[in-house]
Amino acid sequence: MTATLDSACTLHPRVAVRPEPFGALAYHYDNRRLVFLRHPDVVRVVTSLADHPSLRAALEANGIAEERWPSFVKAVDSLASSEIVSVL
Amino acid sequence: MSSETLVEQMKGGLDAPICLTWELTYACNLECVHCLSSSGRRDPRELSTEQCIAVIDELRDLQVFYVNIGGGEPMIRRDFFDIVGHAVDNGVGVKFSTNGAFIDGRAARRLASMDYLDIQVSLDGTDAATNDAVRGAGSYETAMRAMRNLSDAGFGPFKISVVVTRHNVDQLDGFKALADSFGAQLRVTRLRPAGRGADSWHRLHPTNPQQRQIYEWLLAHGENVLTGDSFFHLNALGDPLPGLNMCGAGRVVCLIDPVGDVYACPFVIHDEFRAGNVLAPGGFTSVWRGSDLFRSLREPQSAGACASCGAYDVCQGGCMAAKFFTGLPLDGPDPECVGGDGEVALAAVPVALAPRPSPDHSKPQRAAVPAAGGN
Repeated sequence: MTATLDSACTLHPRVAVRPEPFGALAYHYDNRRLVFLRHPDVVRVVTSLADHPSLRAALEANGIAEERWPSFVKAVDSLASSEIVSVL
Repeated sequence: MSSETLVEQMKGGLDAPICLTWELTYACNLECVHCLSSSGRRDPRELSTEQCIAVIDELRDLQVFYVNIGGGEPMIRRDFFDIVGHAVDNGVGVKFSTNGAFIDGRAARRLASMDYLDIQVSLDGTDAATNDAVRGAGSYETAMRAMRNLSDAGFGPFKISVVVTRHNVDQLDGFKALADSFGAQLRVTRLRPAGRGADSWHRLHPTNPQQRQIYEWLLAHGENVLTGDSFFHLNALGDPLPGLNMCGAGRVVCLIDPVGDVYACPFVIHDEFRAGNVLAPGGFTSVWRGSDLFRSLREPQSAGACASCGAYDVCQGGCMAAKFFTGLPLDGPDPECVGGDGEVALAAVPVALAPRPSPDHSKPQRAAVPAAGGN
């Protein structure tokens, strides 16, 4: 499913996130995909998705400037296609 | 961040390995001629169950997502299920390599009931003659029986792991068909001249025309076939193969051997690439983060003799282990350099000068015993 600003999203329950100097590594225990989260802001948003009713709310809560939102929607959508993020 | 800078960052090392190989024992029921760890006999200093559990707890704390368990034959250890069970219960996923000898119906059902577990059954030929020439008499039938048992037990998509040699390179389509017939996934990796492979490599490694054949086959199959990122030296032939395409030794991968020694990668079990031991103060973590060897591997590497070659950016000079055990300088071409530079360099190395793999746990050669009381 495609992620938009209004999507309610969550990190897949079978995904573990490990902090690294460049951001974080995310590993999906079911499909065994390893994904690089390439910026600390992406890590903060992705790991807090479940606490917010929408991606927009997660971006606002994490203080992400609005002009950067399109790139975050793209990133979360790509994470959804590898099942790291579930779109509810 | 572009993918290029990400790769640069990975070369500088991570807080913990992405992909850790852990050989549980040097004991093995087989004596494959290309065994990377020269396995055969158990080493009396191998880690105890308690020590293995402590290693897993450390990996859990480091958030190592999964560990590749191998050997020797890991299932030969009586505490195999205890160790694997402790890992998966603690969120350290396990992928283990086996020759299948201990996967009877009961073991297959037990394995199928476990979560976070993946299995690689080793097979080096689509027929007994090709496989057994490398892995030993009866080993083809053993592997096939294990795969049937896993399939019957509903294990799901296990992996079939093939080391490509000049004798099975024409069977790649056959391996793929075999994997498909089991609903399994095919994994093909590069033959390394490590362990007993140091001796067999010269007669087993693919010829230069066969390397192109492998490259084209892999390119055509894309991400449907796993390679453990082991063929990046072939990238000099054209479009890059899927994967990170860099040497991960000491940067994103490493090896823990059965006695707890930590090496830069599974293909360099040799004193020169030993970074420390998990039983020393500070454990695995301080070896990974602080060893002089790993620090030096994370420094920018010199292209050396390859600096003027246009392909260096994509092939990275190939595999450190392949160069080391064939006696080639580490800052020069891979022995299987597709530009042919390795062959030339190799011809100049007297065989006696190539480093010998260490340690060796091969079973002793059986001498013919004369019949007692005979004339």
